[in-house]
Amino acid sequence: MNQTTDTSEIPSTQGQITDSLAQLPWWILILALGAIVLVIIFINDQTYHEIFAFLRDGIIVTIRVTIIAYAFAITFGLIAGLGRVSTNPIIYNLATLYVQIMRGLPILVTLLYVSFVIIPLVITQINVFGNYLASINLLPADNVLALLGDRRAGLEVNFEIRAIIALAISYGAFSAEIFRAGIESIGRGQMEAARSLGMNYFEAMRHIILPQAVRRVLPPLGNDFIAMLKESSLVSALGVQDITQLGRLYSASSFEYLKTYNMVAFMYLSMTILLSLGVKVMETRLKTDG
Amino acid sequence: MDNSKNEAMVVIENVSKHFGHVRAVNNVSLKIKSGEVVVIIGPSGSGKSTLLRCINFLEIPTDGDIWVDGIHLSKKTKNINAVRREVGMVFQQFNLFPHLTALQNITIAQRVVRKRSKQEAIEVARQQLQRVGIPEKEGVYPGQLSGGQQQRVAIARALAMNPKVMLFDEPTSALDPEMIKEVLDVMLDLAKEGMTMVVVTHEMGFARNAADRVIFMDEGSVVEDTTPHDLFNNPSHERTKLFLSKILK
Repeated sequence: MNQTTDTSEIPSTQGQITDSLAQLPWWILILALGAIVLVIIFINDQTYHEIFAFLRDGIIVTIRVTIIAYAFAITFGLIAGLGRVSTNPIIYNLATLYVQIMRGLPILVTLLYVSFVIIPLVITQINVFGNYLASINLLPADNVLALLGDRRAGLEVNFEIRAIIALAISYGAFSAEIFRAGIESIGRGQMEAARSLGMNYFEAMRHIILPQAVRRVLPPLGNDFIAMLKESSLVSALGVQDITQLGRLYSASSFEYLKTYNMVAFMYLSMTILLSLGVKVMETRLKTDG
Repeated sequence: MDNSKNEAMVVIENVSKHFGHVRAVNNVSLKIKSGEVVVIIGPSGSGKSTLLRCINFLEIPTDGDIWVDGIHLSKKTKNINAVRREVGMVFQQFNLFPHLTALQNITIAQRVVRKRSKQEAIEVARQQLQRVGIPEKEGVYPGQLSGGQQQRVAIARALAMNPKVMLFDEPTSALDPEMIKEVLDVMLDLAKEGMTMVVVTHEMGFARNAADRVIFMDEGSVVEDTTPHDLFNNPSHERTKLFLSKILK
């Protein structure tokens, strides 16, 4: 009986301690501990050394695919996002069509479709155009357009490039919606003030609306970058030798499934968690700036 | 085009603006001479703000014609930006650009629209900040300024474009009472300097002291258009009397 009265008399300090304990980012501590344990295991195990050496080139491929595809994706996204807020019905409908199609397709399907259907078709058309220009003597017969995609001419469009194009088209649709939301979050008065000073629509967008909108959408764009890093593992389906593909190759030949996929997961996690901490910092900075 | 349209700074002819079934402005005609200060008063929803916004085509009139400094505005007008840069506008909510400092707020349109050099734009901006009495705030972002200071920067921003007409859309309605005077003082100075001004406001003191004409609007139409003395001392319409009795103690 006494115990119950005791605890009710000292709840404040004890409550505060449990509260502040609950506030601690335990998940980071657990992760960091796990990482340290894993690194120690990796260092002391010859098999892990071999796996790391085998996957090292994949890290570069994964990062390269992610960064290039992302740069194109936000460019497409900005253009399509501006189209989504346009009052011109043709531009609006084209942008909406693009966004709806791309968001409705699984990314793996987009990768396969772009790589094996769209790009071969486009290359063929470019070849036809190049041959036509050669036939009217505008270009030599062996011009770049006519030989595009030809392996012997060194103009092959390899699967890494195809994968980058597909990821960029796909993710462009997601970032388009982020840009649209950002632009729409800026009050109508800003556009009116800019227009009343004599700026045209594009000048007002460029100097007044977009600088504010882009600041607001930096955190979601950062999250998109992390998502892109993870989704880039799908390029392994095209045989592009990223971390995932090299992991599949190594495990299939050595039967070291546990250790290989431990390493694969560890590599992705250490990149995505570092990036998500970066996005968190960015978020709090933007919040305190108002 | 007849001559009167060239003489007057702003000509509004049979202008109507409908929002769906609501007739915000109903067949209004007005002429405002160069250097004239016109105050528009009326109950909320009387169409006075909409009429003001029609003058620089922030609202495109459903019907009618507008001339600003002899330039004709109609639905098909392509040179709308050419007109807008001659018409300064001050908003109830200030609408300063929050990502730019006070000085940058004033230079941006000069540089983009007037194509002035950076140096020249900054010089003009500093002069205008001096004119509205806050030269020391040039490096400050709008979020750190009081409402009255923000509105004065907004006035400076409009003036920096060397407009021929200034439109004020309830410039003091969003301000705390103790800040209203500092904004009205700037507007009074402008009026004395001979700026053509069209002011929508509830500040009857400003209408009395600065206006050449006061226009009373109700339900989208001009009810009375006369001198401040006549309007306040012997209004000719019942609706004007009713409105004034409510607003003046």
